Amino acid sequence: MESDAQLETRHNADGELESVISMLERVQARYNYLPEEALRKVAAETGRSMVDIYGVATFYRAFSLKPRGKHLVSVCLGTACHVRGGPIIAEEFERQLGIRRGETTADKEFTLETVNCLGACALGPIVTVDGHYFSHVSTGRVKKILQQAREGLDVVEVKADERVFPVEVSCPHCNHSLMDERHLVDGRPSIRVTISFGKKHGWLCLSSLYGSYNVESEYPIPDNIVAHFFCPHCHGELLGTTDCPECGAPMVRMMIRGGGMVQICSRRGCKGHILDI
Amino acid sequence: MINLKINGLDVSVEEGTTILEAARFIGFPIPTLCHNDGLSPYGACRLCLVEIGEPPRSKLVTSCTYPVEEGLIVRTDTERVIRTRKMVIELLLASSPMSKTIQDLASKYDVHQQRFKQEFEECIMCGLCTRMCEEQMMAKAIGFRGRGQNRSIGTPFDITSEECRRCGACMYICPICMARCQGPQEESPLCNACLNLSPPCVETYGQKMCYMDPCVACELAGPYRKDKQRKEKEESAPVAR
Repeated sequence: MESDAQLETRHNADGELESVISMLERVQARYNYLPEEALRKVAAETGRSMVDIYGVATFYRAFSLKPRGKHLVSVCLGTACHVRGGPIIAEEFERQLGIRRGETTADKEFTLETVNCLGACALGPIVTVDGHYFSHVSTGRVKKILQQAREGLDVVEVKADERVFPVEVSCPHCNHSLMDERHLVDGRPSIRVTISFGKKHGWLCLSSLYGSYNVESEYPIPDNIVAHFFCPHCHGELLGTTDCPECGAPMVRMMIRGGGMVQICSRRGCKGHILDI
Repeated sequence: MINLKINGLDVSVEEGTTILEAARFIGFPIPTLCHNDGLSPYGACRLCLVEIGEPPRSKLVTSCTYPVEEGLIVRTDTERVIRTRKMVIELLLASSPMSKTIQDLASKYDVHQQRFKQEFEECIMCGLCTRMCEEQMMAKAIGFRGRGQNRSIGTPFDITSEECRRCGACMYICPICMARCQGPQEESPLCNACLNLSPPCVETYGQKMCYMDPCVACELAGPYRKDKQRKEKEESAPVAR
């Protein structure tokens, strides 16, 4: 961890400091492990003892005090996966990577760990790599899975990945379509809205792919800014029904063609959203 | 005030009192290990188990953490309580036989055997030291780390905490740190020498200095011999009922 790195803290709607766990989660997400210095900063920020922070950091499996590799391979050794050959899969991963479970490869590419259940027992043996599930894994597939991980699993394939799909939305007030055929984001017609923040007022084009967070806008929007979203046709504010479940900022509501509603967080950088079909 | 029955005796105590405090207040002894009057209750050692409610629906609870309730029926000396207490001591003996506190408990509560795989742990996770450090010394230099099998007590990263003032309170309060009497039976996991009418250490320590304070053997011998204690207990028992 660089010494000048700032530990950003967030406050909830009541102005209370966020919990230790969510702070540690962000440090873990950023550095892939919890550096000692970060733990000290969290302790200082929350006014708690170092022992408390260290206790939390060592209690949860999601946190690691040792640097983890770029890709995290979790092999399930729960009861169902165990009887279906989970241990053989784990051994095959150990052989292919040349490390033991719990260790990280020398090139910091892979960390191998075993978990007790991934909650998909019927599909065992289960392996997850960076949050992607692989079911009915056989020893022959291990090499392919590692190859796939090296190439990158997060490359969005619209057709193959069911988590990403295009939506067409309209204004909840005037029911006018918000789709902009001329302005393409992610190679598809974008969702055009008007936003205002501070004294700036301009257009914003959101990707129409559900699961993609790409946007283009007239003015650059600083991180963490909470903007107001308006319909470009009736100029009514697209105010959501609730606050963001992730950060507490107001939500932005849009109707989905074919029925349903999607709400996104109005805070730049927050990925909070609610889909209601 | 809350009214409850302890061993058939009507007791009236203030709200918020624990069963342990109420029972000790009227004189029923309940053994404890992880309890200390100056520290918050913890309920880790399970030695203070008592039976509450009417059989067959009675259950065992840790008296140190259980606040009194109106009309509660508590029994501290049933067969079930004594059997469970012995088992708890036996399990403690299996993990840390070198502790004087645990050996004394075994002698005091008639535990004559240890049927489990013998281990020699240096910590029983009673949490006395962490609570002492936090609540009395206001330092919070040590705490629990990890979980499950790997749970341990210590400082973050195993280096001395900035908060530590080296006051030694953690060592003072630790029930395991004090080594047991190094008398004639020191090799066996269970000593029980104090239960003999003439403790074997008397012969050994004719030449040696004994540092045990208090020594159970010395306390039980002479005027406080075990048979006499039992007689006293029998005499005082009807009064309690």
